[in-house]
Amino acid sequence: MLWKVLLLLGLSSAWAQKLCSPGASDGYKVRLSINSALGDQAYVWNENEMFLFRATLAFAMRTYSDGQEYDVANVVVCDETPRVSFWFVVTSPLDASLLVDKRRVEEAVRKSRSRINSAFLLTDDTLEFIGIPPTLEAPVAPDTPPWLIAFGVVMGGVGAGIVVLLVSSVVQKIRKKRDGEEETGGKTENEAASDAIYNMSFSDDEPVTQM
Amino acid sequence: MRLVFPNPRLEDRIPSHEDLELMEKVETGDRLKWGSKTQYLLTCVGFCVGLGNVWRFPYLCQSHGGGAFMIPFIILLVFEGVPLLYLEFAIGQRLRSGSVGVWSSIHPYMTGVGIASMTVSFFVGMYYNTILAWVMWYFLNSFQSPLPWSQCPLNDNLTDLVSECKRSSPVDYFWYRETLNTSTSIEESGGLQWWMVLCLAAAWSVLYLCCIRGIETTGKVVYITSTLPYVVLTIFLIRGLTLKGSVEGIKFLFTPDLNELLNPSTWLDAGAQVFYSFSLGVGGLISFSSYNPVHNNCEQDAIIIAIINGFTSIFAATVIYTIIGFRATKQFDDCLNENILMLLNAFDLVEGTVTEINYDEMLQNLNSTISGSEVIQGLDLSTCNLRTFLSDGVEGTGLAFIVFTEAITKMPISPLWSVLFFVMLFCLGLSTMFGAIEGVVVAIQDFKIFPTWPKEVISGIVCLSSFLIALIFSLGSGNYWLALFDSYAGSIPLLIIAFCEMVGVAYVYGIERFNKDIEFMIGHKPNIFWQAMWRVISPLIVLVIFLIYFVNEVSSTLTYITWNPSSENFPVLEILPYPNWVYIIILLLAGLPSLAIPGFALYKVLQKCCCKKTIKKLELNTVSANVNMDFFTMSE
Repeated sequence: MLWKVLLLLGLSSAWAQKLCSPGASDGYKVRLSINSALGDQAYVWNENEMFLFRATLAFAMRTYSDGQEYDVANVVVCDETPRVSFWFVVTSPLDASLLVDKRRVEEAVRKSRSRINSAFLLTDDTLEFIGIPPTLEAPVAPDTPPWLIAFGVVMGGVGAGIVVLLVSSVVQKIRKKRDGEEETGGKTENEAASDAIYNMSFSDDEPVTQM
Repeated sequence: MRLVFPNPRLEDRIPSHEDLELMEKVETGDRLKWGSKTQYLLTCVGFCVGLGNVWRFPYLCQSHGGGAFMIPFIILLVFEGVPLLYLEFAIGQRLRSGSVGVWSSIHPYMTGVGIASMTVSFFVGMYYNTILAWVMWYFLNSFQSPLPWSQCPLNDNLTDLVSECKRSSPVDYFWYRETLNTSTSIEESGGLQWWMVLCLAAAWSVLYLCCIRGIETTGKVVYITSTLPYVVLTIFLIRGLTLKGSVEGIKFLFTPDLNELLNPSTWLDAGAQVFYSFSLGVGGLISFSSYNPVHNNCEQDAIIIAIINGFTSIFAATVIYTIIGFRATKQFDDCLNENILMLLNAFDLVEGTVTEINYDEMLQNLNSTISGSEVIQGLDLSTCNLRTFLSDGVEGTGLAFIVFTEAITKMPISPLWSVLFFVMLFCLGLSTMFGAIEGVVVAIQDFKIFPTWPKEVISGIVCLSSFLIALIFSLGSGNYWLALFDSYAGSIPLLIIAFCEMVGVAYVYGIERFNKDIEFMIGHKPNIFWQAMWRVISPLIVLVIFLIYFVNEVSSTLTYITWNPSSENFPVLEILPYPNWVYIIILLLAGLPSLAIPGFALYKVLQKCCCKKTIKKLELNTVSANVNMDFFTMSE
């Protein structure tokens, strides 16, 4: 009895290996760049990490595929290289000799990409599924473009400044006219001359510069 | 050497030394005055130090032999820049008037020089402020993180990046598409780009606010606009030196290549740079120095301003090249890392076997096997050369809006550096615009076109009309129009004006009289160095530069570079020849101011000849109105 079980196990694993091969039509190549992503914090890739990968992928297939109960054994891995790259295929939980269709695998991986990435502390660039491009993030578009807000602030300040300066020069002119009318009333020439020297300070400008 | 053009009645047109002393003592408020010497110096420094110091000089330095470029630059600074500067300061201070007033006083036939200055000021002001509008646009867009030019936008289906952006780069895309929305040639106008119109309005409004009362308002603003660039440059220098690769940039900039000194175009570019850097010939400097007290030491001022201008150019070049060195090193590292990754992936090697240090020998090892070399050939590895990235020498708007903005996106806290950089550019350009506006407004006042209108209204009219005409730069083809204006509106006419200025002062006004004036103003006669410069050497240098420029332009077919996403070599810019009608515009831009000089002289000659009789009568009338009135009534 025991030897039958062992034979079956051996056969099935051998069969599984046959199912998975580099370039398999229903398989995908995975490549991890742990060192470039994590630098000093990089972990070593070993059997346990591989187990986690198979488990994560089984989770993805359970959640986002047809709902069948995929197990770690359903994810078959082969052709591991020191680069840390390998091929994997997914077998159906009902029949170990049947491979799940490529597109279903791709769909499941796409939908759970961020979960798979975070399980390994990697990103879309450093955990690559060759043949499954990462979906692009839709940009966050604010209702009013920020530059318009800044523009409003700048123009508001400038407009206020122009109005203030124009009003102040108009007020100055009216005041000067009024003072001038009062002066021509009763001042002597000398006083007017000395007033002229006193008044001709820097801030009191003649709008029209004469030659 | 007493070569002087006969100039009768010169004394009637200019205030004498006694009049000047009287004007000093009585202190009539008729003419504006500087609030303080600092304001005057800051305004002149701000006028001279402009965008060209930041984005033209570093490029020239790097492309003409680095440290060796200092030699022609300093030589021409001394022989061409400073004498012209001194001349404009002295003549403005002596004749107490803007450029039109000065030249019409020296000789009525020379009024054309003043008109030419005014026209060039107007044209240059138009396109220069458009550059400020672009700076304003980038400034307004810097208040967000991440910066909009750091990543490509997605296309409509959200499936991929926009193709135009993907093929070029995010900074290129933001500049050519989202800022300019540039058309493919100058013939396609592309319509007004509303966001550019808004930024243009903002730039002209800021300028109007600062120039509203002439030097009264600009004199206050220059405390900020002339000093802030230096503060920002220092901050960038400190930040830049802490970045990786900055020293490479500085080394590359200043490594001298003395062979470049034998190349005549090095000297030509140095001469042109000195000339345009000082903003000579536009009339702003004459106008600014006319507000000075009569005994102000203009010789000292000229030397100080020249030294500050030269120092700023070199300082700005250093800062720019620390950042460019950083960018080039980043590009080199990225290029190398890309290659390394490709090798690792192709040969399934463990990460870390190929690093930047052992890249070359690993490549050789892998290449040594037949199968290996086949694989490597198939990979199409790019050659990474730091020197190529460094000599990706860019100048002008390309430097500011493409290269530098890209470098900023790679620095931490990018929005802060972006805001600082564009505020600095805006201040640099704004202080130069003050001189341009001054040149136009004072000329209008000297002509007494609108004698009773206050300065605020005249400044407003100038700003508004410039804004309306400058709307042409907010079209889809605006960038090409601006390049056109930049190449032809300011270059040739200014050289002619400067030449006429020197000849006018030395030979029409009389160098002897000029020497006496300077002795009266600052206490000692200008020494033999200045005499030689004003009479012979500086005019000769300007004439040579003009002739070479002119011959170059006339003999070659004029072309311009365009951004065309559907061209073959995209993203390399496409070179197109100008269509025929553009030649007419070029003639107008360069010819109108230049021809104003002889044109106005001719007009004055005709006026004198044709109206001789009526003029005589009028003269008699004004001598003594009462006497003549009796005489006429008796004779009737």
